[in-house]
Amino acid sequence: MLRYLTARFASLAVSLIVASLVIFLALEVVPGDPASFMLGLEASPETVANLRHELGLDAPAVTRYFSWMAGLAAGDFGISYTYRVPVVELILDRIWVSLPLALYALALSTLIALPVGILAATHRGGIADITVMGATQFGIAVPNFWFGMLLVALFALTLRLFSAGGFPGWSDPAAALKALTLPAIALALPQASILSRVMRSSLLDTLDEDYIRTARAKGLNRRQVLWRHAVRNALIPVLTILGLQFSFLISGAIIIENVFYLPGMGRLIFQSIAARDLIVVKNASLLLVMTITVVTFLVDIAYAAVDPRLRKR
Amino acid sequence: MSLLSVEKLSLSIHGTPILDRVSLAVGEGEVLGIIGESGSGKSMTALSILDLLPRGARRTGRIVLEDRELTALSERRMCQVRGQSIGMVFQEPMTALNPVRTIGDQVAETVLVHTDRSRRAALAIAREALDRVGLHADRFPLTRYPHELSGGQRQRVVIAMAVALRPRLLICDEPTTALDVTTQAQIIALLRGLVAEDGMGMIFITHDLGVITGLADRLAIMRAGEVVEAGATREVFTRMRHPYTRKLREASAHVPQRKARAIGATLLETRDLIREYRLPRRTFLEAPQVFRAVDRVSLTVRKGENVGLVGESGCGKSTLSRAVLGLEAAQGGTIALEGARIEAGHAMPRALRRRMQIVFQDPYGSFNPRHRVARLVTEPFHLLEERPDRRERAQRVAEALTAVGLHESDAEKYIHEFSGGQRQRIAIARALITRPELIILDEAVSALDVSIRAQILDLLADLSDRFGVSYLFISHDLGVVRAITDRVYVMKSGRIVEEGETEAVFDHPRHDYTRELVAATPRLDRVLAEMGVG
Amino acid sequence: MRAFRSPSLIGGGALSTLFLLAAAISYVWTPYDVTQHAIAIRLQPPSAAHWLGTDQLGRDILSMLMMGARISIAVALVAVGLGMAAGVPLGLAAAARRGGWLDEIIMRANDIILAFPALLTAVMITAVFGPGAVNAIIAIGIFFTPVFARLARGAALSLWTLDFTLAARVAGKSRLRISLEHILPNIANLLVVQGTISFALGILAEAGLAYLGFGAQPPTPSWGRMLAEAQTLTAIAPHVAIFPGLAIVVTVLGLNLMGDGLRDLLDPRLRRSRT
Repeated sequence: MLRYLTARFASLAVSLIVASLVIFLALEVVPGDPASFMLGLEASPETVANLRHELGLDAPAVTRYFSWMAGLAAGDFGISYTYRVPVVELILDRIWVSLPLALYALALSTLIALPVGILAATHRGGIADITVMGATQFGIAVPNFWFGMLLVALFALTLRLFSAGGFPGWSDPAAALKALTLPAIALALPQASILSRVMRSSLLDTLDEDYIRTARAKGLNRRQVLWRHAVRNALIPVLTILGLQFSFLISGAIIIENVFYLPGMGRLIFQSIAARDLIVVKNASLLLVMTITVVTFLVDIAYAAVDPRLRKR
Repeated sequence: MSLLSVEKLSLSIHGTPILDRVSLAVGEGEVLGIIGESGSGKSMTALSILDLLPRGARRTGRIVLEDRELTALSERRMCQVRGQSIGMVFQEPMTALNPVRTIGDQVAETVLVHTDRSRRAALAIAREALDRVGLHADRFPLTRYPHELSGGQRQRVVIAMAVALRPRLLICDEPTTALDVTTQAQIIALLRGLVAEDGMGMIFITHDLGVITGLADRLAIMRAGEVVEAGATREVFTRMRHPYTRKLREASAHVPQRKARAIGATLLETRDLIREYRLPRRTFLEAPQVFRAVDRVSLTVRKGENVGLVGESGCGKSTLSRAVLGLEAAQGGTIALEGARIEAGHAMPRALRRRMQIVFQDPYGSFNPRHRVARLVTEPFHLLEERPDRRERAQRVAEALTAVGLHESDAEKYIHEFSGGQRQRIAIARALITRPELIILDEAVSALDVSIRAQILDLLADLSDRFGVSYLFISHDLGVVRAITDRVYVMKSGRIVEEGETEAVFDHPRHDYTRELVAATPRLDRVLAEMGVG
Repeated sequence: MRAFRSPSLIGGGALSTLFLLAAAISYVWTPYDVTQHAIAIRLQPPSAAHWLGTDQLGRDILSMLMMGARISIAVALVAVGLGMAAGVPLGLAAAARRGGWLDEIIMRANDIILAFPALLTAVMITAVFGPGAVNAIIAIGIFFTPVFARLARGAALSLWTLDFTLAARVAGKSRLRISLEHILPNIANLLVVQGTISFALGILAEAGLAYLGFGAQPPTPSWGRMLAEAQTLTAIAPHVAIFPGLAIVVTVLGLNLMGDGLRDLLDPRLRRSRT
């Protein structure tokens, strides 16, 4: 188990380092100089050069990369060029919208998908199955941002049950959750559709396994076999998809933030790119990638918890 | 009074008839052997008794267990019968256990499902059951997971599950087919002991007459969904009323006719051959470990000679064959083909590779399903410097196909149009087409039914006479090796432990391991002789 | 023909054809010229003259949708092509040398790409090159690469365990040659199915990027941007938001159904376990 964990952890570290390099290099080639952006068109070349020096932009790339990394290690993300506040503050503000939204959606989609998938698999070929397969086919095809717009039109503009967008902050948790509900539903629908299908097919595969027959031969009835042997084993592949979906959810959250005017990470990144506030872009992007990588790592650990075969390796 | 009697059991699945009026009976403490080739319906008979049939199955007839008519029971009552009154053991021990639950948990489940005992008491019974099947607490605590056990050990767990509640009847469906012969002997001894101890009845399903004859009190021989002959084991063999019984009996101990051939010069010779694998690194920092699959093996095949290589799974025989074929370079030693030597670490030149071919075990995986037979058979032409032109190709394909008993027109067909035995013929045609001097037969008849196996063995004997080709016959099956080889090597854990004339080695084995192998191999003729059947 | 007995293949095929036809016809004819603005008739509901109504600039929505189908197809198709062209060889190479350093590097690189949310990649690329359809293609294509690499590797690995690949090696063929001659044709079915499904995914992704302004730029009509522009109008003119969304749903649904149908048809082993 320890060996498995160290191996996974090492690969997590490698992934993060490579990801940081990719982000750094990508932003190296981004046209447009932050210093000139900040000072506007009329600034004299000397002023720009001075600012560049002040921001540390004139140092060689290698130096800048390592000082970025050193800063990160010390929890210092630098100061935003445009907002003139520490990047950490900016990100912390925003991440408390994006992360809860992604988790809310993840919870919703899992809570819907697993029972639905099990229902479909256990009634294979029946009306429930056909309904689920048809409905999920639709769910996959609906773009989440369009679904979000429809939700706004119906529940906010017509029925006036929710506000059309914006975020009141976490000082009132109930209001905050309410503001995230429509976005989370919009985000969860396609994911739930995919996940139900994965759950269904995984369970059908598991029900075909030899050990299910062995369990039946022991005298377990269909329900006991389902709950004691099949569902748990069928969850193993579902876990993989769940890990992958987190990345989709982050992408989706970026779009959905725009539909519901939520001040999340996605909007922060867009605004910073437009303003060439590269230090924010760099750190915010790395944080997103880091979140996904860490989730993948957690999924790997969950794997080992569910599947004893992995613990030995 | 029988413990279980099956009367006129018929079965169809989605309208396809599977069983036709099967009648069987097992008494207390009695072993009934059901024997048949693939598709005979023997497994479906077992599943019918337990009512664990696939969807779309329709069953008629009577199944009576100790006065209880099982076909009349509800699914709920039937669940009480399974595991409590009837235990079942399946063929594939590697997949028969739930990989994510401990063995103790899985054995105890039988107890928990059927009784009101506490979990602790159930685990105590599980412990006792595992002890009974020879998995003792010191090495096999209840907390072990299936992947930590070998195939034979897993099969013992399955047996423990089946006998935990001391059922009246135990059904074993090919319980030893996936196991090595020494393990098979141990499992059979275990089952025999359990039957005697508990006085339960046992149905033992197998395709192997040798395995069942010494074990069963009564036999039922099945073919195409019917019981063609049944009775006390001895009687069945003395009378052999049905021609199929006779055919099965003959095929099981079949020895192909081989002409005496002059043994020529040395064809293939390996000297101290070593094949090592690097195991995957377990962590980034650790040095990769090395596994030596073939350890200083020296063997010789002479012209006109059939040489056997026997050993159990994982002993390195297939790795050795790949090294000999030049697919993977050796880490030590030499391979010489008619004097041309290849040192360790060097690739084998094409000129040598074309003189050897191979036939694999699996008649289904051996061919690209998207190519026609002509293309499949001519693939080895790739080794030739001068590739034959279109006309010559067609002619050589036709020759090869007719040589293996197929028709020229089969060249235009796809592989899925052929049965397992025919596919093995095509594999042999592919091996023959470049006229090699040596053909490696890697378990080439192991996946075939006995009657087909007998035909293929005859074909191989005939071809070696006609084309003067030598065989390196790799197999775990001593009976087959005995039937077709002149000399034999016995391999264990990567090493050759014994070699010599086949008859001599098998009749007077010197090495302990060979002795164990020979003793474990069921031999129909010997068992019958002991029973006084000629 | 089994194809005619699969309702998902027929239904999906019909919907996909509808979409392709709309794009094709738009090259020669659209009901109205979409470059002409007519503020006088803006935001009209569906009518005999304008079947799907008009948008905020008075353009015919049906014509806009037909034109928008072009960019959807172009972006999604090229992105899938890119993903396949890069991913399949990588997957085959990784499988041919299973456990080797190449395999290790390819799989690690895959993991890292998958750790980048596709949208973030798109944003970065846009930051470098400026917005445009090409960037959308590259971003989506990069995302598809590991998808196809993993699929190809997994399928190839299971083929490499079969004896016919070993037989080909005994016949003196190289791993590269076996990959092309034996492995690739046997995984082609899977690739076609995944390609169809990825095509659908690509259309969704393109719409999302265009909605955020990272896709094709005006005046090229695109479904995603139509939705972005309709967002503030849902209360007064719902049709402006509904029809482009429906176009996406119908197209993606059609392609996915077709993918399912193809899978049933081409790969009987997967018939039951469709996801």
